[in-house]
Amino acid sequence: MADTIISLQGVTKEFDTKGGQVVALKDINLDIEKGDSYGIIGLSGAGKSTLVRTINLLEQPTEGKVLFDGQVLTGLKNRDLNLQRRKISMIFQQFNLLMQRDAIGNICFPLEIAGVGKAEAQAKAEELLKVVDLEDRAHSYPSQLSGGQKQRVAIARALASDPEVILCDEATSALDPKTTRSILSLLRKINEERGITLVVITHEMNVIKQLCNKVAVIENGEIVERGPVKEIFANPKTKAARKLFFPDATERETPTARTAVKNRLRLAFNEQTAYKPIIANMILDIGEPVNMLYANMDALLDEQNGQMVIALSDDKEVAEKQKAYLIKEGVDFTEIPEDSDYYEYPVNGPREEVD
Amino acid sequence: MNMAISDLVSLLSKGTLETLQMTLIGTLVAYLFGLPIGVSLIVTGPNGIKPRPIYNKVMGFIVNVLRSVPFLILMIALMPYIRIVIGTGIGTRATTAALIVAATPFVARMVEQSLLEVDPGVIEAAQAMGASNFQIIKKVLLLEARPSLLNGAAVAMITILGYSAMAGAVGGGGLGNIAIRYGLHRFQPAIMWITVVLLIILVQIMQEIGIRFAARMDNRIN
Repeated sequence: MADTIISLQGVTKEFDTKGGQVVALKDINLDIEKGDSYGIIGLSGAGKSTLVRTINLLEQPTEGKVLFDGQVLTGLKNRDLNLQRRKISMIFQQFNLLMQRDAIGNICFPLEIAGVGKAEAQAKAEELLKVVDLEDRAHSYPSQLSGGQKQRVAIARALASDPEVILCDEATSALDPKTTRSILSLLRKINEERGITLVVITHEMNVIKQLCNKVAVIENGEIVERGPVKEIFANPKTKAARKLFFPDATERETPTARTAVKNRLRLAFNEQTAYKPIIANMILDIGEPVNMLYANMDALLDEQNGQMVIALSDDKEVAEKQKAYLIKEGVDFTEIPEDSDYYEYPVNGPREEVD
Repeated sequence: MNMAISDLVSLLSKGTLETLQMTLIGTLVAYLFGLPIGVSLIVTGPNGIKPRPIYNKVMGFIVNVLRSVPFLILMIALMPYIRIVIGTGIGTRATTAALIVAATPFVARMVEQSLLEVDPGVIEAAQAMGASNFQIIKKVLLLEARPSLLNGAAVAMITILGYSAMAGAVGGGGLGNIAIRYGLHRFQPAIMWITVVLLIILVQIMQEIGIRFAARMDNRIN
């Protein structure tokens, strides 16, 4: 088993507001392993920003413990906490760069705080500017940089202290789609090549799909579902997760006409089966059509994953042949009873109802 | 004008120098006390990096009380105490002492306003990096607010110049005293108007220097 780097144990956070006490986090238990790129997804107000801030204790939990690399952070003296914080970097939606320092000055900042000598800090900052592809902007001030460039400076600054973890708080939410992709691929490179653990806070499914290997879904201050992204994508158990993964399916108030179709199957495609024309070949091979009702393909960390709903032939014998063909080709499927929505019937085993 | 030009020149240049001396020393010492008080108000405030509600309320109250007393009245009230401390209740030195007492709370509020402009996100980023509170004050608050602090210093200096002129009414030195002695008591309005022009020129110079310095120190606009 891999080493746990961050462990939240029974973390609860309550805020006193004018309208009374608000519980932002309820008894959160979460283990993040070294090298993970762990996504935490939820709608706004779900508590994800508070959750990530309890990891480096920018928010003090009301109850519970926070462990980093086996050491309890909660209750540490300020000086000791500050030493631990140098191993946990953070990047933000609004970048939070020092406006009065140029790019290289911003990257040197955490090193200055740690008491690293000027020459050494300068050399390291120059090297990090290369890592984030900004060698030519060393002496530009934040006001002269675009959003994407600012986030690159912030990432270089986050790397300066050689952290073990980088917390990303909605790091791409202020960026356009193209810049978002380039920042996500930079973060993924950092995770894969340097082995730095990422904790990725987001409300965007695409960020999880492109960057994360594991995900936790947070709703009303509670983690309602968690696990490898592939598993949750194939089989979201809670309403909250389904809302995030299949927004089009869950936003319908009433079942659509498609639920009245008989003999429906839900298929799951993976990296092995996604590239082959299996359905087309099946139609040619058996000589009977199938009715395609829904299809969705997605790349999770570049691996193809897909969902499809088809209706088999009304002829029982033909339907059996079609099923046998799918089994032979290695496509996983499950049968959907009449008048039910497909997402109620996951492909891998019976669905455990969580909510 | 029944006064030789050379006498007039020496009178006015002495007055100008006294005014400058009171203003500069007054501003400098007021910042010596006012800057740390302003920083402490921000640091201990409800959203500060080290909230201390009781200290914050008490200090805020003292600053407000001192700021509510009009300068002229404050100076008259302080006179006996100033006499005990520095030996005289009138003249340039006594006025400078009163200026410091009056300007310190003003400077503290100016500093507080400037520091409020610093983006809380940047402070949070520094905390996340493991910066101590002292490092945050030195490297984040004061440096990020530098342009605003410099602009504030120009405003403070001009206000203190105005105070020093007012002090002329109750025996302070400088241009204000000349204006009142010659313009009011001896009814020589020409001399009074010359002092007014000199005061305007001083204010203009201070404002210009302040604005230019602040702009040059600001890296947000290039």
